[in-house]
Amino acid sequence: MKRAPARRPPVLLPRTALRRLLLALGLPVVLAAVWWAVSAGSTDVYWPPLRTILETGREVWTAERITTDVVPSVLRLLIGFTAAGVLGVALGVVIGTFPRVRAVTEPVLEFLRAVPPPVLVPVIMLFAGIGDTMKVVVIVSGCVWPVLLNTVEGVRAVDSVLAETARAYGVGGLARLRHLVLPSASPQIFAGLRQALSIGVILMVISEMFAASNGLGFAVVQFQRSFAIPEMWSGILLLGLLGVLLALVFRAVERRALAWYHGLRRSRRTS
Amino acid sequence: MLDVRALRKVYEGHGRHVEAVRDLTFSLDAGELVCVVGPSGCGKTTLLKCVAGLLEPTSGEVVLRGQRVTGPPPGTAVVFQEYGRSLFPWMRVRDNVELPLRQKKHVTKARRRELVEHALHAVGLDDTAGAYPWQLSGGMQQRVAIARAVAYEPEVLLMDEPFAAVDAQTRADLEDLVRRLWQELGVTVLFITHDIDEAVYLGERVVVLSSSPTVVQEQLTVDLPARRDHLHTRADPRFTQLRTRVYEEIQAAKRGGGVGGAVAPPQPLDKMP
Repeated sequence: MKRAPARRPPVLLPRTALRRLLLALGLPVVLAAVWWAVSAGSTDVYWPPLRTILETGREVWTAERITTDVVPSVLRLLIGFTAAGVLGVALGVVIGTFPRVRAVTEPVLEFLRAVPPPVLVPVIMLFAGIGDTMKVVVIVSGCVWPVLLNTVEGVRAVDSVLAETARAYGVGGLARLRHLVLPSASPQIFAGLRQALSIGVILMVISEMFAASNGLGFAVVQFQRSFAIPEMWSGILLLGLLGVLLALVFRAVERRALAWYHGLRRSRRTS
Repeated sequence: MLDVRALRKVYEGHGRHVEAVRDLTFSLDAGELVCVVGPSGCGKTTLLKCVAGLLEPTSGEVVLRGQRVTGPPPGTAVVFQEYGRSLFPWMRVRDNVELPLRQKKHVTKARRRELVEHALHAVGLDDTAGAYPWQLSGGMQQRVAIARAVAYEPEVLLMDEPFAAVDAQTRADLEDLVRRLWQELGVTVLFITHDIDEAVYLGERVVVLSSSPTVVQEQLTVDLPARRDHLHTRADPRFTQLRTRVYEEIQAAKRGGGVGGAVAPPQPLDKMP
């Protein structure tokens, strides 16, 4: 009988970890350096030197500004993203489980998915006003589709042998959902959530550009309208950094939640 | 204990009409270990799924303890061939074994833990409780599936070609494991296989199926000693005779006839094929 292989993937040596970090940071650093060098003597109002942008940015984005503009944006995004996740998974499980429901809803879903969410902003403003509710609704209306459609696919793809095993051992109802359907669909659900997150960031900004009194998108538009160009650029950079940070957090959560899935795939590749 | 009566299963769909099983009748006494052997494509898996309540027969019935089977009956555990697809890859070994027990309302948490530990010990996997199934070899994964069945404390254990996908050495070990567990637990076992040697080595009785359209070709009582091991049992002239007999029956089934007559009395070794 073969021995069980190691329980965990081998821990990366510090040197390889360092190398990977350098590889990941290499290009951004080069790009920033090029930007810095090329824009250094720029007198163009619209393309200020990177140095000016960064210096202005440090003055603009004070702790107070972060509480009034960044925190509300992030909160709307998180609330909208979470709501879309819950809604998408719940509907996806129902649609994926019952073929008849799927047959009825599929054409409608394809249509709704094809509508670009930003067009809905003026419409949503009509009934949700211009407050936080509107922004959250906009984010939900865009984020829900990738989650929903991926969940449907994931639920439909539950392995037939696993499903029969569960049935034979009397695992039904909520236990089946919790121990079979959701874990089995979780790789697809996470793929949907990842798409939803980037859509969510876009919609967060757009909804704030339409009608808002605070938020990152609002701030960027305000700076642009008042010809505060370095400030505007600093806001755009901050948005980019926020996106990277959210993606990193998402990846860490996914790694943890899908550890079994990545391990399974590794073991299939090597065997 | 378990009666299969005039079981027939026809798959219909897309204008096709496939008769997987034509007419199967046999029964198992409580505590018996019966092997069903038949050529590939003769509907063995269909038979097992009907017995497990996972498939509705077209006609005929499966009766377990006097109750007609219409869905998965409680107290019946199943071990599938595809161990890689019947263990939950997102659960550790311990949780895989425990999951069916959690559906039994009257089993307390402490008792569950005890059953899981005992079952893993019985299959020789004490120190892998915290591993994921895909970290184990194929033979070990099938042991986990067996442990899951054992922990369930079934009255009937159904096994569908469980060792078809493991290497020969592991297979011999697992066959001995099944015999031992059967003797220790007093459970009724229906073991399906395409391997004649395996059927004779394991079973107290062998049900030989014909090729499609499937009927029961023959039933043989395996009068080998209860204590069996690979070294001696397989060298036993009686073992060789029985396997020859099963082989002949399967060949005859393919031609569409029967060999007939009782099992030949023991013969000297030099006359054996």
